[in-house]
Amino acid sequence: MVSITVNGKPHRLDVEPEMPLLWVLRDEIGLTGTKFGCGIAQCGACTVHVNGEAMRSCSVPVGTIEGASITTIEGLSPDSAHAVQQAWLAEDVPQCGYCQSGQIMAAAAFLATNPNPSDADIDAGITNICRCGTYERIRRAIHRAAASMPR
Amino acid sequence: MDGSREIAGLALSRRRFIVTGLSAAGGLAVGVLLPRLAQALPIAAEPWGKEMPSAPGEVSAWILIEPDESVVIRFARSEMGQGSFTALPMIVAEELECDWSKVKAEYASANRTVREGGVYRRMSTGGSRAVRESREYLQQAGASARVRLVAAAARRWNVPQSECEARNGTVVHAASNRTLSYGTLAPEAAKIALDREPTIKTPEQFKLIGKPTARLDTPLKINGSAKFGIDTRLPDMLYAAVAACPVFGGKLKSYDAAAIKSRRGIHSVVPLEGAVAVVADRFWRAKEALLAMPIEWDAGAAGGTDSAQFRKVYREALDGPAQTARSDGDAAKAIASAAKQVEALYEVPHLAHAPMEPLNCTAHVQSDRVDIWMGTQDAEGALRRAATMTGLKPEQVFVHNAFLGGGFGRRSANDEMLQAIAVSKAVGKPVKLVWTREEDIRHDRYRPQAAVRLKAGLGADGMPTGWEIRTAVGSILRSLGMSRGDGIEPMAVEGLANNPYGIASQHIDCVLKNTHVPVMFWRSVGSSINAFVMEGFVDELAHAAGKDPLEFRRALLSHRPDFLHVLETLAAKGDWGKPLASGKGRGLAIHESFGTIVGEIAEVAVTPKGEVKVERVVVAVDSGHVVNPRTVEMQMEGGVIYGLTAALYGEITIKEGRVEQGNFDEYQIVRLGDAPKIEVHLALTGGGKWGGIGEPGTPPVAPAVCSAIFAATGKRIRSLPIKNQDLRSA
Repeated sequence: MVSITVNGKPHRLDVEPEMPLLWVLRDEIGLTGTKFGCGIAQCGACTVHVNGEAMRSCSVPVGTIEGASITTIEGLSPDSAHAVQQAWLAEDVPQCGYCQSGQIMAAAAFLATNPNPSDADIDAGITNICRCGTYERIRRAIHRAAASMPR
Repeated sequence: MDGSREIAGLALSRRRFIVTGLSAAGGLAVGVLLPRLAQALPIAAEPWGKEMPSAPGEVSAWILIEPDESVVIRFARSEMGQGSFTALPMIVAEELECDWSKVKAEYASANRTVREGGVYRRMSTGGSRAVRESREYLQQAGASARVRLVAAAARRWNVPQSECEARNGTVVHAASNRTLSYGTLAPEAAKIALDREPTIKTPEQFKLIGKPTARLDTPLKINGSAKFGIDTRLPDMLYAAVAACPVFGGKLKSYDAAAIKSRRGIHSVVPLEGAVAVVADRFWRAKEALLAMPIEWDAGAAGGTDSAQFRKVYREALDGPAQTARSDGDAAKAIASAAKQVEALYEVPHLAHAPMEPLNCTAHVQSDRVDIWMGTQDAEGALRRAATMTGLKPEQVFVHNAFLGGGFGRRSANDEMLQAIAVSKAVGKPVKLVWTREEDIRHDRYRPQAAVRLKAGLGADGMPTGWEIRTAVGSILRSLGMSRGDGIEPMAVEGLANNPYGIASQHIDCVLKNTHVPVMFWRSVGSSINAFVMEGFVDELAHAAGKDPLEFRRALLSHRPDFLHVLETLAAKGDWGKPLASGKGRGLAIHESFGTIVGEIAEVAVTPKGEVKVERVVVAVDSGHVVNPRTVEMQMEGGVIYGLTAALYGEITIKEGRVEQGNFDEYQIVRLGDAPKIEVHLALTGGGKWGGIGEPGTPPVAPAVCSAIFAATGKRIRSLPIKNQDLRSA
């Protein structure tokens, strides 16, 4: 049995400790906002916050984070109120949208430690893949979110 | 599965203050919502319709007006990022004169179109066709509904229709100061037949079309609620992981199911055509067991082939018999008698589509019906294939088309569906079959490989007297089993045979050559190859003639005001001719595809070590008219990035008959750090032209970047990807 807290709710799970957090979230708990893209921590579609830190959940065996507190896209904010989500909406960032949960979770964690980033900071700090090529808007939205956040 | 609108929006608000603060970043949440998020969402998280029970307010198959005044507009294509889930409803709403904020969009039902004689016309999504092909009949559907709503009001009031006017979701009789809402009138309007169809609006009358409009699907794509095929969850559902023979066309020889049967959650092993699936109670368990299961394949004759061999095959094909695609004047003579001859060989590799959502399909096969949940570019085609495969009638098949996590052409073949149906049939339960990324990269239907030879003559004035172009390229139609067999297919020569250049003598021909590697439509198809070839060569000719590449094109395109308009826009916005620092260069390309002309200027920096950074791309686009300028901007940005990944890194190679690359560590994709600043400018020429938008941004990138590298380094790139080129300073 593994115990984790997801979006504020405790879960005790009868799963193999090797099962990656991604599949625990999607198939055990039923939170499908976190996406499978590559399975090897390359693309970032599966990014969630583990104890506040952005991690690629496809490569985190759930047994290694016993007791951890996890935030997924569904728990980032109610009503999409988080500054990053609002910025994403204002800039109409998503195209197909599949990678955007991961992009938003990566950006939210990034801004928590880089409240006033330059373009170069963003380029270095956000490494998630988007095949639709929404990068131009992601950059703009991160700046917008940074400007809108309470200091 | 119902009630998803609530889940996506309102229901969560009750928990706002409970959840906020638990996330590390949650403390940053701001309380101000954009107004539209507080309302019911315009698209449900599960975008497929509810198989459309007949409703009194259904004015036509396209439009349902509810008593609460919401206007449901059916969208008979697929949303894969290109934005037509917003653009096509805008077209209907333009004529309907309804309140845009009340519009809700949902997928049209493929089942209904087969039951009702093709009422939704062509549902397949590709070829940048959504707006160009359906604008007129969608305008007509909106106009027809509007006139019937007006007729219903006039009948109620017993006044002439000519005294009534449709206005923002209501019909108004100004003389008596009376108003009736669409929601009230819809059930009566639904019963009214028109003697003749009303005239549709012309562009100068548009109020909504042409205005930058927020996408209807964005609210679902910022909170994880949008449902992709892979997010399907059904009671009693099993999961399947699949492995196909690593060599295309090979066979499954044997597998050892006993080796994995004691693993937790394993249900069964199902052999498929050239593949094998492991079925389990969780996807991860199925996937891990599949990796652990011993499998033997019969690779067949192609098992000894490789990319070096194929490169030779395509080069040699250039010396074999070819079919003529275009012949103007006597090109051979014009070249031979010219002052100067220029010759070049261009080559491109296979490319994978690699959409972010790996292929997947959930199928539930029962004795009297089949249900399919997937993201497909062709819901009706999928439905008909599912019917054929199961022996049921098309009316018994229900395709619940989801949001597509990228398509780019890949989601038009429905390979994953055939596998999911076979597995569901075998186990008698609903099954979600998911390809791993490795399966997705190694079992794509790829962009064809090609070799193209070009020869031109330049006159004493430096201008071309004639050219000969021959391409040897994989046939997509042959690979899909749809070949016409006459040796020419439009995709092979698009962008070559129809090139716009005013050169009197031209001979363009084509050799179709296939290997065992399956090929298909890849965003912008033949233009993705031929723009690189054509525009790279035109740049070479300009330099051979000692002319500026922009001026050179201007002279060759003087008969095409639309191309000239794009070039002028590009030159002005892209700082053409302005000095750049050493080690930097600017390159230009212009290409027409899917009815739209796109010009691009790339600015690159090349370090002495040969590292390339594309810093800026300026885009000018002429699609005639546009429905949603915001979508156009987004598609140009996305098209540039998609083409840039291909130009810089894209390459699928074959060794021992199988694809060498498997995941994003080996099949490199442009990320934020590689992404240039992109500026998009509309250079619309109007008239009767409505060009496509999803693909035309892609073709000019590779030649613009390669010409910019030439400008920076003097090194000409005639073979992609750029990463394989040695660009170090001598």
